[in-house]
Amino acid sequence: MEILVCVKRVPDTSENEIQLDGNDIDRDDLVYSINEPDNYAVEEALQIVAKAGGSVTVATVGGEDDEEVLRREMAMGAKQGVLISDGAFNGSDGRGIATILKAYVQKNHYDLILTGVQADDGAAQVGGMLAALLDVPFASLVTSLEVLEGNKLKISREVEGGNKEVSEIDLPCVLSIQTGINEPRYVGMKGIRQVAAIEIPSFGASDLGIDAGGAGAAGAKVTRTDYFVPTLGKGAEILQGSREENIDKVVELMKARGGLN
Amino acid sequence: MLGLPSPSQAAYGIVPGRVLFLIIPILSLTLFGYIIARRLVPLLGAAPDFRLDHASARIKRVLKIWLGQWKQPRYFGAGGLHIVIFAGFLVLAVRSLSLILLGISDHFVMPGFSGAIGRLYNHVKDYASTLVFIAVLIAAIRRGIFKPARYAVPAKYGKDHTAEALLVLGLIGTLMLSESLFEASQAASQIQQGQTAEAVLPLTLAWLFKNALISVPLPLLASLHLAAYLVHELTFFAFLCFLPLGKHFHVITSLFNVYFAKLDRGTLKPVRWGVADEQLDQVKSFGVKTFQDFTWKHMVDFYSCADCGRCTDNCPANAVGRPLSPRFITIKARNYSFEHHPLFGKAGNGTPLIGGIYSEDEIWSCTTCGACEEECPLLVEYIDKIVDLRRGMIDDGNVPQSLQKPLKALESRGNPYGKPDKKRADWTKAVDFQQSCKVKVLAGNGNGAAETLYFVDSITSYDDRIQAIGRATARILNRTGENFGILGAAEKDSGHEVRRFGEETLFMALRDANVEAIKASGARHIVTADPHALNALKHDYKDLPPVDHISQVIARDVKSGRIKLNPIENPDSVYTYHDPCYLGRHNQVYDDPRDVLDAIPGLKRVEMSRCRDRSFCCGGGGLMLFYEPKEDERMGVKRVQMAAEAGANVIVTACPFCMVNIEDAIKVAGLEGRMTAIDLAELVDQQMVREQTRTQTEVASARLAQVS
Repeated sequence: MEILVCVKRVPDTSENEIQLDGNDIDRDDLVYSINEPDNYAVEEALQIVAKAGGSVTVATVGGEDDEEVLRREMAMGAKQGVLISDGAFNGSDGRGIATILKAYVQKNHYDLILTGVQADDGAAQVGGMLAALLDVPFASLVTSLEVLEGNKLKISREVEGGNKEVSEIDLPCVLSIQTGINEPRYVGMKGIRQVAAIEIPSFGASDLGIDAGGAGAAGAKVTRTDYFVPTLGKGAEILQGSREENIDKVVELMKARGGLN
Repeated sequence: MLGLPSPSQAAYGIVPGRVLFLIIPILSLTLFGYIIARRLVPLLGAAPDFRLDHASARIKRVLKIWLGQWKQPRYFGAGGLHIVIFAGFLVLAVRSLSLILLGISDHFVMPGFSGAIGRLYNHVKDYASTLVFIAVLIAAIRRGIFKPARYAVPAKYGKDHTAEALLVLGLIGTLMLSESLFEASQAASQIQQGQTAEAVLPLTLAWLFKNALISVPLPLLASLHLAAYLVHELTFFAFLCFLPLGKHFHVITSLFNVYFAKLDRGTLKPVRWGVADEQLDQVKSFGVKTFQDFTWKHMVDFYSCADCGRCTDNCPANAVGRPLSPRFITIKARNYSFEHHPLFGKAGNGTPLIGGIYSEDEIWSCTTCGACEEECPLLVEYIDKIVDLRRGMIDDGNVPQSLQKPLKALESRGNPYGKPDKKRADWTKAVDFQQSCKVKVLAGNGNGAAETLYFVDSITSYDDRIQAIGRATARILNRTGENFGILGAAEKDSGHEVRRFGEETLFMALRDANVEAIKASGARHIVTADPHALNALKHDYKDLPPVDHISQVIARDVKSGRIKLNPIENPDSVYTYHDPCYLGRHNQVYDDPRDVLDAIPGLKRVEMSRCRDRSFCCGGGGLMLFYEPKEDERMGVKRVQMAAEAGANVIVTACPFCMVNIEDAIKVAGLEGRMTAIDLAELVDQQMVREQTRTQTEVASARLAQVS
C-alpha cells in the first residue's frame, strides 16, 4: 500500500512561552517540531506498511525550514519526504493548502492519505477538504485502523460519552488520525543524522500546475484579522504563590466549593 | 612392599588399574576440552572489549578479589563457608593431581613433596578436606533445609536451582570422603601389619576413618582402598566435566573474570570498543540487540555468575517490586547462550533479546545505582550491559512515551523540562538572593573569567525546590571568597542520564556544547553540587579542569578553618546521611560529607543499616524522574523508613535528585512533620558563621601563605 502522510511543522507549545506580536505570535526564539498528531499518523502508516507492504511518503507545504520535520519522519521510517514549496503559496487558507496537496496527489498514486487530526496552530480542515477535492471518502478522529480484504479499511473513532464507533471505508480515502492510536517510535539524533544526506525533492506551483488564484494570499477566502490572549474574566483566579502555597490554596478552594470532600 | 595394593597395580574386574586410570583421565579431559571449546565459540563472534591493558592492576585485583576472596565476608555466613571451600580447593589441588597420577604411575610423589614438606602438606590437606566437608555439610543444610530467601527462583524465571546446588555439594563431599577413606584405609592396614604408619592427626576425616577401620580385615580394607580411589577418580572427572554446564562454571572462569574485570568506576563502555566518537556514524546498529552483540567479557560474566543472589538482594529496583533482578539478567543470558550455542549441533540464529529473554520494563527499571556490582564477589558487570541494551532499544525507536518528551526537550532546549535556555540562570535572580550573592555568568558576555566554574545542571537551574540548593551552593562559594561563576544559558544538561538511558548521540551533542562552553569560560576548577553532573564531567567528558563535588570543597574548607560552623540549635534533631549513588559508590566520596556533618557542634548523627557502599538508591535521577515504572512502592519510601528505623528525623543528602525523591517519599510515607530532608549544602549554608566573608585578596594571600 502506498501511503501519503501530510505533516506540518509547528511551534512546540509544550516548550515555548508564546509571545504575541500583532496578529501572530512572535516567532523568534521558538522551538519547532512535528505537529504531534501528524507523528501518530506517520507511525500508523509505518505499522500498516510493515504488515501490508508498500511505502510511506511524508509531505509538507512550507519552506526550507520545514525540511527538518520531513527528515525526522524519514528517520522514523518514511521512505520519502516531499517539500511542496513556493512563494506563491504564502498566505494560503485551509482550502488553499488542500488545493496544493490535491495537485500533488493527482500527480502521484496513493492508496491512502493520512493527516493528523489537527495542527496545534490549525483548524482541522485540510484533511476533509482534500478528500472532497479528490472526491474520495473521508473519516476523521480515527483511533484504530485495520486493513481488510477487498480494498477496505476497518476504522473506529471515539464518540462523546466514551462510546466507540466502528466503520468500514473504501480505499483510496483520506483519514485524520487521533493521538493515542499507537505509540510512536522514538527518533534519536543518530537516526536523523543518517537521513541528513538524502535529497528531498521540492515541488513548486508550476511543477504542480497550480494557478495563482488557486492558492496563496490571492486565493484565500479566509483571512486572519486578529490574534490575542483573552483577558481574564470574572471567576478566574490566578494563584501567585510558591508551589506549596498554591497546592494548599487549590485544595482549600476545591473543598470550599464542594469539589473535594 | 607391604600395605595395600596401589590402584595402578590392582585389577578392576578384568581391567588393570593402570589402564583404567589412564583411560578415565584421557576420555574426561577430551570431553572437558571439547566442552570448553564449544563454550568459547560465542566469545569468538562477540563484540570487542579492550581488557588486555594494566596487567599489574589486574593482577592486584586477582590477588585481592579472587585469591583474597575480598567481597565474601560481606555475607558473613555464606561468604565464610565459601572461603573455607575455596581455600580447601586450592590446598587440595596438589593432592587431587597426585592422586590422579598415582593411578598411572605407582607410588607417584609430586616433585618437592617428598620428605618434610610432603608430610606437612599431608597434615594440612587432611584438615583442609575435613573443613571443606564440614562446610559442604553446613551449606547443604542451609540450602536444603533453611533455604535462604535470596536463592528462591520466582516462577517467571523458571525452576528452582536447589537440586543443582545440592548435587554439586554432594560431589564435593564425595571427593572429600573418598580421598580421606583412601588414605585412612592405608593407614589402618599399616597399623594392623605393625608398621609405622604415617601419622594421621586427630579430628580429621582420615583420622575418624582410620579409627573406624582399625579392626577391619585386610582384604576388606584393600577393597575399600581401591573402591575409594575409583570413586574419587570418577567423581573428580564427573565434577570437572559438569562445571561448564551450569553455575559452577565459575570455578574455572572466576580467575579470568576477575582478571579482566572493569578497573574504573562511574564510567560507561563506549558504544563499540575501538570506534572513536567521530566514526560512530559508520556504526550501523548501536547497542545490544542480540546475544552476539554482547562483548566477550560480558559473555564471560554470564558464564561466571555463581547464582549467589547478592546482586538482587541489594537491588533497590527489585526491592520495590520492579520487574528487574540483576541475578536473572545474567542467568537468563547464560541459559540463552547454552541453548543457542549447544554442546552438540549448530548454533541457533540470533533472536532479539528484548521481547525474548528480557522485557522492556526490566531494562528501563535500573537506576544504574551500582549496588549489584558493588556486591558481586566475581565482579560481574551490570550497568554497561543495561546501558548497551538501552542503546539497542533507543536505536530501534523503542522508548517509553514518558521518556520521549524529555529526550526531545533535551535535544531542542538542552534540558529535559523544555524550558527556554535563556532562563537557565533565573535561579540567581531571586530578589533576596541577588542582593546578597552575585553570581557571575561566565560565558559569552564579557564578564571576565573566574577561577572556579560552578556547573549547575538542569534540575538545579529549573526546579523550584532544587534552586534553593543552587543558591546555598553559591552562597557557600561566595562566603569562602571563591572567585566563581556559572555558564548560564550556555550550559546544557550534563547528559549523564541521557547517556545512561542509551541515547549516546544526543549525549555527545550535549557534551560537546558543554565542553566548548567550559573551555571558553577559562575556569581552572569545576565545582558542582549534583553528583550526576560530577560523574558526567569526571568520567564521561574528557580533558576538563579538575572537578569536585561541593561536599569535597566544604570538607576541605572546614578542615582548613575557612568555614566555621555554628552549633545545631534543636536538641531533638537526629541526623542521618544518605549516600547518593553517584557520589558514594561511583565516586567513592563517603567520608567528606560525614566529616562536614561531624564538624557541626552538637550534631547528633546515626547511620542507617544500609550506608556507604551499601547505600539504598532513592529512586534515581535525571530521566528516571520521568519514567513511570511498574512497582509496588517507591524506593524513596523504603529509604525514609530506613532512616526512621535508624532513629533519625533529618535526612541529609548531597544530590538534587535524592532531595526530590526523599521529600516526595516523606510525604508518601506519611512521615511529614516527623522527618525532614536537607541538602548538605543547605545545612552548611544555614550553619555557616556569617562574619567570615573574605575578600578575594585575602583568600589569595591565604593561599600563597599555604603554598610557601
